[in-house]
Amino acid sequence: MTAVVPDAEQRAYVAAQAADARVNVEFESEGMTLNIGPQHPATHGTLRIVAKLDGEQVVSCEPVPGYMHRGYEKLTEVRTYPQINTLVNRLDWVGSFANEVPFILAAEKLMDVEAPPRAQHIRTILFEMSRLANIVLFLGDLGAQMGGVTAVFYGFRDREFVLNQIEAVTGGRFHPNFDRIGGIKDDLPKGWIAETKVAMQKVREFCDEVEDLLIGNEIFKMRARGVGVIPADVALSYGLSGANLRASGVDYDIRRDGGAPGLAYDKVDWKVITHVDGDCFARCWVRLQEVRESVKICEQLLDTIPAGPIMAKVPRIIKVPEGEAYAETENPLGIMGYYVASKGDLTPFRVKIRTPSFNNISVVPWVAKGVYVPDVITILASLYFILGDIDK
Amino acid sequence: MGLVDSGKMPKPLTKLLNTARKYSLWCYQWGLACCAIEMGAAFVSPRYDIMRLGVIPFPASPRQADLVIVSGTLTDKMAPALRRLYEQMPDPKYVISMGSCANCGGPYWDSYSVTKGVDQIIPVDVYIPGCPPRPEALLEGIVLLQERILNEDPVDRWKGDPIVVV
Amino acid sequence: MSSSETATDAAEGTEAEEAEAPPRDDRREAILARITEVLGDAVVGSHIRPGDDLWVRVDRDAWPDVHELASRRLGCTYFSFLSGLDWLPSPFGRDMDSQEDILTKGTEAKEPAPMASGYAGGDTRFQVFSRVNSPTEAYGITFKADLPDDDLSIRTLVPIFAGAQWHEREAREMFGFTFTGNPYPVNLYLPGAFEGYPLRKDFPLLSRRVKPWPGIVDVEPMPGQDSDEGEGEDG
Repeated sequence: MTAVVPDAEQRAYVAAQAADARVNVEFESEGMTLNIGPQHPATHGTLRIVAKLDGEQVVSCEPVPGYMHRGYEKLTEVRTYPQINTLVNRLDWVGSFANEVPFILAAEKLMDVEAPPRAQHIRTILFEMSRLANIVLFLGDLGAQMGGVTAVFYGFRDREFVLNQIEAVTGGRFHPNFDRIGGIKDDLPKGWIAETKVAMQKVREFCDEVEDLLIGNEIFKMRARGVGVIPADVALSYGLSGANLRASGVDYDIRRDGGAPGLAYDKVDWKVITHVDGDCFARCWVRLQEVRESVKICEQLLDTIPAGPIMAKVPRIIKVPEGEAYAETENPLGIMGYYVASKGDLTPFRVKIRTPSFNNISVVPWVAKGVYVPDVITILASLYFILGDIDK
Repeated sequence: MGLVDSGKMPKPLTKLLNTARKYSLWCYQWGLACCAIEMGAAFVSPRYDIMRLGVIPFPASPRQADLVIVSGTLTDKMAPALRRLYEQMPDPKYVISMGSCANCGGPYWDSYSVTKGVDQIIPVDVYIPGCPPRPEALLEGIVLLQERILNEDPVDRWKGDPIVVV
Repeated sequence: MSSSETATDAAEGTEAEEAEAPPRDDRREAILARITEVLGDAVVGSHIRPGDDLWVRVDRDAWPDVHELASRRLGCTYFSFLSGLDWLPSPFGRDMDSQEDILTKGTEAKEPAPMASGYAGGDTRFQVFSRVNSPTEAYGITFKADLPDDDLSIRTLVPIFAGAQWHEREAREMFGFTFTGNPYPVNLYLPGAFEGYPLRKDFPLLSRRVKPWPGIVDVEPMPGQDSDEGEGEDG
């Protein structure tokens, strides 16, 4: 607005605008439909959220997935088991080794093959390292979702240490494709154990940094405490898993409760971390503590790798006998399971992939009612999903 | 400027403008899938810093971008959005297709919902193979694109063959 | 582990005596007994893999009832997933297996085996199956229900497990089932103009019809073998 109002016409215009503004304050506006995505920096990939707003509050919020639907379940019907192993890495594409493990465990169940102890041990170490790679990215991204972009740089930088170690063993930074039915592909290179311990130390330091920078940050606490509370019974009926479930107070972790045999968790001393609140802060806090717990598990496993073969006796061309099996594990994002139905052929008959993020995001319409628009982003950030996992 | 339209740009001026353009690429990253994480590592992590090549990563909108890096699987549901994005970018614009899903459909070549290659929707300048390509491969692709921009004649909109990074 | 005992026992003769049979899974048998006690005739099939898993097949009309029973009375309050099964053998041949027949064994491509359902039996081509877990007792149950070919509909589970809604939407668009009572039966994954039900066996993957996979090519020896032992067939 200019300081000097020269003539009568301009004065009249300004007066009319002011009168209009007074009316609009009491004006009952209709709801607006806000389309967040599918290409948006705050959605971890191509998730589209259609939010109906009343002012700044969300009246209803519906995620529209499917922009990354690649048809995995159909593709598995025409691929052999080793080929599926390669494909399935790309579901949760940040902690990729973790996707192979439940599939391999289901196939091993059907074939009645058990991997030798050394292979199980190394499999568990790599599984935990993929958890580290995944959640370190999450912690970095968490800052970015709330506007504190610095944490992303730390996250990616410290993730490189873990990825280096995974690459040294498997040859791939991510998408390692290292697990095989009956064991793992190769043995550990020389000097790997010592270097990995150094990397674990770096991850520990990262956790402390993130705690200072983010979780202990007042702004973060104000934005995340009390936002997006999910009570335990809702969490169970929607099938939330991973840190989302444990942050609502449910003490359920597949690593301890009835996972498929084939991973070495019973040889390690660790605990399951829960939180009672069920809000965004609780979910982020639980994940941070889980990274610390994971580092502890890795270090114990690194000290106690048994000697022995890395692969059981399996035939060259893998034909899984007829039957059905379901194996699930506690992946970084939650509970991932594969239901494999086989007819004795080279290719499975049907593979149903139970992905954690699918269930995790199905709760968004319930939880995002009545929150403000920035809180929707906070809730999505704290629920943590990867699009490949939702969309298969 | 009228010089460009009339086709009579002196060569030193062309080279100067091209050098300026190649070192100030504003890059819109259309990160779809796993390659987006490698692209993110290239952009954000201090190990593979892409800003030292002059590529600036986060423009506020596609209308302010010179370069789009399509990384990840393009599905049929998403394809119209990509087309619209490409049309929103102002000329001269370049497209890098990163990863085998964006090049040709990749491991999902037989899927019912995947577009077999981004070049079915938009014209592509540089193809970077890999699943996912390492961040160094992305940097090499960008360096190749920069060389091409340097040697470009600003009078033609690019009409050349795409560069394949081997 | 008990399932490896099962394998060796089975190898020695499936008509084994009770004393040599695989260890009985008392806990799962007790759960099955409770379900049968409450639902009676609605339980039409079951299968237990000892130490591992339990499958229960129910009548279509008892579908919400068995889930309600599992959730309220058996402690299985955690909803894992819901999807469908299509037992028709693929009308497009055995695909990768036919490559093996032709190349490795030198025979013609065999016809696929006739239609047969999996565990807990089944009389129809399509089945709905779901899984619920118990967070406190560390086990899960897989439920199945047959759907007759002329009426692919079943009641919704949304009143019992709210998370079933997205799973039912996905099963609807992938198989063509109808979940009566689902509040929002709209496509989840597929674009609006998509025709056909992809996960049905008679839905072709057109790229593979046009350009078949070149064949089994083995270039890497198994871990632990020398590379000159590892030979492969070229396609």
